[in-house]
Amino acid sequence: MELAFALAIGALTASGVYLLLRARTFPVVVGLTLLSYGVNLFLFSSGRLVTGGQPIIGSTAAYSDPLPQALVLTAIVIGFAMTAFVVVLALRNLADNDDDHVDGRQSGTDSKQDSAEEVTGK
Amino acid sequence: MNHWLTAPILIPLFGGMLQVFMGYAPISLRRTLALTTTVLLLAASVVLLALADDGSYRAYAFGNWQPPFGIVLVLDRLAALMLVMTSVLALFCHLYSIGGADEGNRQFRALFLFQLLGLNIAFLTGDLFNLFVAFEVLLIASYGLLMHGGGTTRTVPGLHYVVLNLIGSAIFLISVGMIYSVTGTLNMADLAAKMANVSDENIHIVKAGGMMLLVVFGLKAAILPLCFWLPRAYAKATAPVAALFAVMTKVGIYAILRVYSLVFGDQAGELAGLGMDWLFPLALITLAMGGMGALGSESLKTLVAWQVIISVGTLLAAMSLGSVEGTSAALFYLLNTTWVVGGLFLVADLISRQRGTATDKIVTAPRMRNRTFLSVLFLIGAVAAAGLPPLSGFFAKLLILQSVTPGPQMAWLWSVILIGGFFSLIAYSRAGSIVFWRNVEGHIEDPGKLSSTVSVAAGALVALSIVIVVLAGPISRYTDATAAQLHDSNAYIGILQTPMVGEDE
Repeated sequence: MELAFALAIGALTASGVYLLLRARTFPVVVGLTLLSYGVNLFLFSSGRLVTGGQPIIGSTAAYSDPLPQALVLTAIVIGFAMTAFVVVLALRNLADNDDDHVDGRQSGTDSKQDSAEEVTGK
Repeated sequence: MNHWLTAPILIPLFGGMLQVFMGYAPISLRRTLALTTTVLLLAASVVLLALADDGSYRAYAFGNWQPPFGIVLVLDRLAALMLVMTSVLALFCHLYSIGGADEGNRQFRALFLFQLLGLNIAFLTGDLFNLFVAFEVLLIASYGLLMHGGGTTRTVPGLHYVVLNLIGSAIFLISVGMIYSVTGTLNMADLAAKMANVSDENIHIVKAGGMMLLVVFGLKAAILPLCFWLPRAYAKATAPVAALFAVMTKVGIYAILRVYSLVFGDQAGELAGLGMDWLFPLALITLAMGGMGALGSESLKTLVAWQVIISVGTLLAAMSLGSVEGTSAALFYLLNTTWVVGGLFLVADLISRQRGTATDKIVTAPRMRNRTFLSVLFLIGAVAAAGLPPLSGFFAKLLILQSVTPGPQMAWLWSVILIGGFFSLIAYSRAGSIVFWRNVEGHIEDPGKLSSTVSVAAGALVALSIVIVVLAGPISRYTDATAAQLHDSNAYIGILQTPMVGEDE
């Protein structure tokens, strides 16, 4: 179980990091989501992996640590809210710049904005 | 158990909730309520400062759970200092925003108060995971604040800021998980007590966790390889938001100071001083980088944003010396730089409003209105930020220079700080002389009168550097005591023995 668990965390994190490094906002958002899945599983495992154990002392022979479960729950809620926000922000970026590149527009075409605002007043 | 400890959290929480539900009330009522909340917060922080000044630790255990099992709030001198610093800055930023910057978004004041809520939890908490939650609270409010003000210029810096901080949160969780898996606790006092007993086979996990934590705090504090998001984001933010964000990098610095002086402090055995040998060179390179950025900035707001990075480098360089004197000098500099940089953001915005389409760009433009008043404010701010006598920046830098013991560290610190100060001086003189003195013939559309609220807010923040000089004696006594308290981590561990309610009879 440990091996499968570790491989799952590794695969999620690696693909998350790969997607984060893409230049479009959609893969970046998906990458953030995968990364947060990997992190949540990792956090869960920090209380050791126990099968059939309840988080209450005395209810079963081996009990599982309840604290990481509480931490993961908090992290999931926060991560969900943040993902929702970043999706909205990515849409706003697409609407504002007519491009879903993470820098707004691809390099080489970004001089347009600066030269458009010249100093007037004369 | 002192219930006052929850006041800096509850006041902005209830104030912010009130703002959320009163989104359609008349704006003057909402402004008055929000300003009252900020004033109450300042009052509560001052009360806590007076409480903390006796040098003892006060713990507040939520739900009366004995630490380390429950979450605790801990008030000491450092936390009280940060609270007062933040609420003073927040009050003037708020006053400034009433001058018109808060229009266009019904929830601006709510977000502003929630940002303060997150900051205050971060300063008061005695629990590592709670620190993560506090970071998330202040970050999600800051995402909203950063986007405030309309227009399309903020979208891209905002997106970068959000994505970077989400990655930072992921790393924070990984390091919390690593530390928890070995120590079985996340209470900072309990962690500090258990660090010395970590077994040899597990010590590398804790080390890795501790170093990853430094990466997260470094991202928040904008240390060099992680600082490139800052100038664009801060320069594009609305002025009162940018001024409030002057304290955001200081949260990262506070977290480094708290966690590494306590958890990885002298009592931690093999783990003592983890990461501190990395911090000193990185801080100096950050400082140099900030100086170069300031020299190359094209607008006043970018210049001030680079000043934030210069101050981060200076602060961390002084802190990473690891001596009581160094920490004390860093705390003195912290007060000075936070208020002055906040004030400079506001002054830059006032200037930009008076210059028509030239806004805050460092270019020649027709003569602005209120030139004398604004140039005096800019002069005071620049002198205090660059560290020239007679203002507070000079005394703060002098304390930092004095705190280092002779040796190679001294050579590096003195040369980088002094040359960096010289470069920022050139940057400010260049910006000031172009913006204020080199005027061309022309006509600027009348920007309207400078309203008294915004002038008072910007002027007061910048003038705080004079107040710091006048009160330099008491302030440096307080920072000395704070640094001494921080370096005695055994006293902090004593909060584990705090009597719970009902046990002390």
